[in-house]
Formats: sequence, C-alpha cells, structure tokens
Amino acid sequence: MLRGKEKYKTLFWSAFQLSACTFGGGYVIIPLMRKKFVQKLHWIGEEEMLDLTAIAQSSPGAIAVNASILVGYQVAGVIGALMTMLGSVLPPLLIISVISLFYQAFRDNAVVSMVMLGMQAGVAAVICDVVWSMGSEIFRRKQALPIAVLFAVFAAVYFLDANIILVILACGMLGAADAAVRGRKRRPIGEKKEEARS
Amino acid sequence: MTLLELFWSFFQIGLFSIGGGYAAMPLIQHQVVEQNPWLTMTQFADIITIAEMTPGPIAINSATFVGIRVAGIPGALAATAGCVVPSCLIVTLLAYVYYHFRGLAAVQGVLGGLRPAVVAMIASAGAGLLLLAFYGESAWPEDPGSFNRVNAVLFAAGLLALRRWRVSPVCVMAGTGLAGLLLYLAL
Repeated sequence: MLRGKEKYKTLFWSAFQLSACTFGGGYVIIPLMRKKFVQKLHWIGEEEMLDLTAIAQSSPGAIAVNASILVGYQVAGVIGALMTMLGSVLPPLLIISVISLFYQAFRDNAVVSMVMLGMQAGVAAVICDVVWSMGSEIFRRKQALPIAVLFAVFAAVYFLDANIILVILACGMLGAADAAVRGRKRRPIGEKKEEARS
Repeated sequence: MTLLELFWSFFQIGLFSIGGGYAAMPLIQHQVVEQNPWLTMTQFADIITIAEMTPGPIAINSATFVGIRVAGIPGALAATAGCVVPSCLIVTLLAYVYYHFRGLAAVQGVLGGLRPAVVAMIASAGAGLLLLAFYGESAWPEDPGSFNRVNAVLFAAGLLALRRWRVSPVCVMAGTGLAGLLLYLAL
C-alpha cells in the first residue's frame, strides 16, 4: 500500500477520474469505485463497498460525492476524505464552468446528443453488470431473508416510489431483529461472514 | 454579500437533498428560481438538461452554473462549497461511527439488512436507465415502437465486454458513446 503523499495523490486522481465519468446519476459511480478501489487497489472490501453505498445513500447531498468522501476517509482519514471530495467536485465544476459560456450551443449540438445517446446504452450496461455481480453474491449465500429483502425493496422503490430513507430504516431494523433472533438461538453469527479489513 | 447568499442557498440544498439527484431538483428550483431571482424557469430547465448530459451530480452542476452567472468564478466556488459542506461534515461523522462500531453484532445485523436493499436500489435506478437507453424515457413507454435498436446493440455489446472480457466501465461508456456517434451518423 502506498504511503503519505503518494496515497493522497492516488486518492485525488482516482476520485477525479471516476467523477469525470459519472454520467447518468450518482449510482453510476458505485460500479466505477468498485472496479477501482475494490478490485484494482484492494483498499475497500466487497461488502464494505455496499455498506458505504448505504451510508452515502442515506446521508444528505450527492451520492457520488458522499461515496467519495467515505472511501477517502477509510483509506487515509480526514485528509483522505478531503482529497476525494475535492477530486469528485472539481470535474463537474470545471466542465460546467466551461459549458456555461456557450451552453445553448452545447445543448442543441447534434454530435453531442448522438454521443450522449450512445453513452446511455453504456451506462445502462455498467449498472446491469454491477447489479448482476452484487446480486449473485447475495443469491449464492442461499439465505431466505436477504433474497426476500432484495425483491421487496426493488418492488417498493421501483413500482411504488417508496421513500428511500424509510426503506433504509425498515431494512436496518429488520436486519437488527434478525441478528437478535439468531443470537438468542445461539447460532453463530459467523455465517454472516465477518469481513476482515486488509 | 451575494457570495454569502449563494453559499447559504446551496448549503440548504446540500443539507436537505437526501436520496439522490432527482430528489434535489425541486429544492434547487425553489432556491434559485423562486426564492432568489437567479435563473428563469427556462434557464433552470436548460441546466437540468445540461446536468443530464455532463458528468457529476445535478446539485453541483447547478451550483456551478448559477454561481458563475450570478458572480463569476468566485460565485461558482461559493455555491459549490455550500453544496458540499453539509455532506463533508455529516458523512465524515457517519464514517467515523461506521468504522468504530461495525464489529458489533447488532451493527452487523443492521448492515446485513441494508446490503440487499442497496443492491435493490441500484437495480431500480438501473431499470430506469435501461428504459431511458432503449426508449428515450425512464418510465414505461406508451409507444413500444419507439424501441431504439442501435442502443440495444450497444447495450448488449457493452454488457458482453464488461462480463466476458472485464473491460473497465469507463472504456465501455466511452466506447458506446463513440460507436453511437458513428452509427447514428451512418444511419
């Protein structure tokens, strides 16, 4: 693992690059971060990434910025969080500053809209890929409750447009209740697999 | 004074927008169109369109746009800073709590309940993006004939590249953008 300045630099530039590619909404940064910080740099665990997403989602502000702050904090504390925050805010700041000079021309440009249309397909593929990977991780454990939660939350959020905060609260309480019942039955919680931080 | 107003307006937007970009839109509209005479409704609609075409969160994009129009570069910086300060404070605090207490059985239970929920929420966002890519709108289309075959092919190719050859997501997005341009120009 890198140390000191090098680590801050890597954090800043990683966040900068990922943020510059976050087309199509905040969630798109999750597969990008997973690729970079979980699979390439091994700074964040697979399940930890899901936890950080839950925190980013339930905190105020943009998901992409929140997730960046969380990863930075985990890797290098408060200064690390500052680095990833700056890295994730600068690309939109710079891009919009430039575009605001000629925004009508940009908005009505045919070439720009053709590229954007094609990119929508790529963004959809990226999101499907991460749902596929993360979802199969949950199905592989063959535990009824998480699988039921997965379907119930999808139905609630997609079809019923449920309030995200309420959904997160309900699932958190359900998880806590489940753990309490398991604890009383003296079944080892170990099968939930404690993820070891590397 | 204007800088302070910009900071404060976007501070409130940053503090009260929970649950992603589209939740922030009415808040932004309230602050920059109704509360303050910074943008007209048409300009607001334009900035939403541009925010969708460019990377980055809608709140940051509109902060920069409004800031620059009202007070130049310092305005953009003040508005953007206002937008992220609440995030920085609250998220850092939550991160601290998470890393100190996640070993506890109860916290493990809560997190175990949240993980499948998070996957479901990403899937829900993905379903909207999929419809947007195929039909040009994120709700179920009224006219199924508007199916975009070029984008369906690009999507399939992108997914294959990601799953089969482990191509990086960034390359896939750039690739489908470029291929889209060539295909739409050719057709």
